[in-house]
Amino acid sequence: MRVAFSLRILLDIFLQQIINGLVQGSVYALVALGYTMVYGILGLINFAHGEVVMVGAMVALTVSHFLLAAGVPPLLVLLIALVVAAAVCMMLGYGIERIAYRPLRNAPRLAPLITAIGVSIVLQNLAMIFWGREYHAFPQLLPNTTHTFGGAVINDVQLVIVLVAVLMMAGLMLLVHRTRLGRAMRAVAENPSAAVLMGVDINRVIGLTFMTGSALAAVAGIMVSANYGIVHYYMGSILGLKAFTAAVLGGIGNLRGAMLGGLLLGLIESFGAGYIGDLSGGFFGSNYQDVFAFFVLIAVLIFRPSGLLGERVAERA
Amino acid sequence: MRNMHLSLLLAALLAAALTGCGKTETPASSSANPTANSGTSDELVVRIGASAPLTGPQAHIGKDNENGTRMAIDDANTKGVTLGGKKVHFELLSEDDQTDPKTATIVAQKLVDAKVNGVIGHLNSGTTIPASRIYNDNGIPQISPSATAVAYTAQSFKGAFRVMANDGQQGKVLGEFAAKNLGAKKIAVVDDRTAYGQGLADEFIKSAQANGAQIVTHEYTTDKAVDFTAVLTSIKGKKPDLVFFGGMDPQGAPMLKQLRSLALEAKFMMGDGGFNPKFIENAGTASEGAYASLPGIPLGQMPNGKDFSQRYETRFKQPIQLYAPYCYDAVNVMIAAMQKADSAEPAKYLPELAKTEFEGVTAKIAFDEKGDLKGGAITLYQVQQGKWQSLQTIGGAPVAAH
Repeated sequence: MRVAFSLRILLDIFLQQIINGLVQGSVYALVALGYTMVYGILGLINFAHGEVVMVGAMVALTVSHFLLAAGVPPLLVLLIALVVAAAVCMMLGYGIERIAYRPLRNAPRLAPLITAIGVSIVLQNLAMIFWGREYHAFPQLLPNTTHTFGGAVINDVQLVIVLVAVLMMAGLMLLVHRTRLGRAMRAVAENPSAAVLMGVDINRVIGLTFMTGSALAAVAGIMVSANYGIVHYYMGSILGLKAFTAAVLGGIGNLRGAMLGGLLLGLIESFGAGYIGDLSGGFFGSNYQDVFAFFVLIAVLIFRPSGLLGERVAERA
Repeated sequence: MRNMHLSLLLAALLAAALTGCGKTETPASSSANPTANSGTSDELVVRIGASAPLTGPQAHIGKDNENGTRMAIDDANTKGVTLGGKKVHFELLSEDDQTDPKTATIVAQKLVDAKVNGVIGHLNSGTTIPASRIYNDNGIPQISPSATAVAYTAQSFKGAFRVMANDGQQGKVLGEFAAKNLGAKKIAVVDDRTAYGQGLADEFIKSAQANGAQIVTHEYTTDKAVDFTAVLTSIKGKKPDLVFFGGMDPQGAPMLKQLRSLALEAKFMMGDGGFNPKFIENAGTASEGAYASLPGIPLGQMPNGKDFSQRYETRFKQPIQLYAPYCYDAVNVMIAAMQKADSAEPAKYLPELAKTEFEGVTAKIAFDEKGDLKGGAITLYQVQQGKWQSLQTIGGAPVAAH
């Protein structure tokens, strides 16, 4: 009887860790898509992408404070905040490409990497000046009802996060594989000079790629802030790094890889933090959770150097 | 192609290294140019160095420290202090240590090079301890307003003081309160692996166990993390009736929120790192019933406490976050010692500093032979109706650190 009881608890916790991992992983996946799209087309790692996520969250915070004060119902606020944040981030993404990357398109690969880090620092400090250096509480826009199944708990925000992530990813796949723009993106990824000869406006395609990635980043930013209830000018850097890791894990440049990598990283972190202490008999504690995640990444890269699902969109399309 | 793979692996390693140190930003120092204002010949310029995180997750507390320090320095300048027959102009050199031990040593060296006469800082134990060696080597007195780790004064540096009770005292009170007053039998502990969080958690565990509670698990996080669901889920499986977190409010608030959304009904307790209005704002309704402690007796009960918090709010247009009153006291203690010695020379006023008897806004300040606050009282607080309410003040009796 007692054994059955504790087995029940173990199972509940296992289920809860899967939910934790999926929620966290969905966010990673959305952000990772931004890295991977840019890498797939330009072969460039856009290190400023994490800061775009942060700007999205900050803009949504400002908009929702303003609208909530005006008495707009929360769900409508969420939608408007989402649209405004996405629009601002798309402009920002386009601007970053235009200012920091386009002039360096034919420069050695290291140069745009440095400007990327530069843009990231600039954005972080601008955000600190605009929104202040302290943590902000993100308003509760979705009802906080919790659902229990088995012994595991999931709340509305988390459900929405997973659903929205799935929808966004499905939409993105449609965009890339079923539209003219998507075909142009794949063409530029495969061979930019040939794409130009075929009449593809390469600047437009690259600009739109950045904008799409940034819109996803805005959505991710709002989801993270809604989930944790806090927004901070510093939130983009670690999240960006984790999402980049997820993209590399899945195979950077590969859309499906980014999704897989994001979800996997979320699960690995959650299981790592949850079980590493018990499994190693207390020798490693949950303080090793990041080490554990990067260890998995390095192990994957040793055996599959181009990530789990291979490298570029174009080679697979 | 091989190169590409190699560079990806390198990038991954780079990413790992970057999360390790956690910071990619440049230090934003807000110091004045030390050569700019050397003063006229009949005016003596005394430089007070201050250091706290002014960027990063704890920037709101760091800025609060800077504000408290600045207020004391401006007060002294307005009041007018004369040392050795010369009118003194106090100058604040404030540096950003980014909560980072490595940056703290760089900043400490910078303050030493700028020839500061004394240092108020740092905020965190993790930055105060490595920086204290540099100040000590250069003979510069240092008063930390908020570093509570026992290890700071245990180095027995002559010039290292603090105006706050240490974690030996605080952890003892917290552990006793959890086990005895709250009747917690099974306690889960989380710490952020900083010198402060770790030290406080260890002292808490000792005291809770001594009072009959069982520590069911000890989990860890970092001072940059925002997601604790995995660790909390694992804690939930151990069915604790109290969760203690050794760390600061940027982690504490989301942790408590996530704890409640995982339907974990345990009581939640932190040390001084959780005691600020931001904690309540960010944890929202989940903060109701949370416990925290703060060395000293409640500000409102101190003779000059109310007046100080009113002046602070008028000047900075925001409530006190956490340690501003302690910084204010630290500066005043230092200036009082200079006045007694009639000199701002570190070697001359240091003996006076050790003999301090000062009625501050936070406490009556006197140091023991280690530089710890003598007989520091500790007050326990609970969030009630969205506000920190003091429950009881314990001690005043000195507690041995070891």
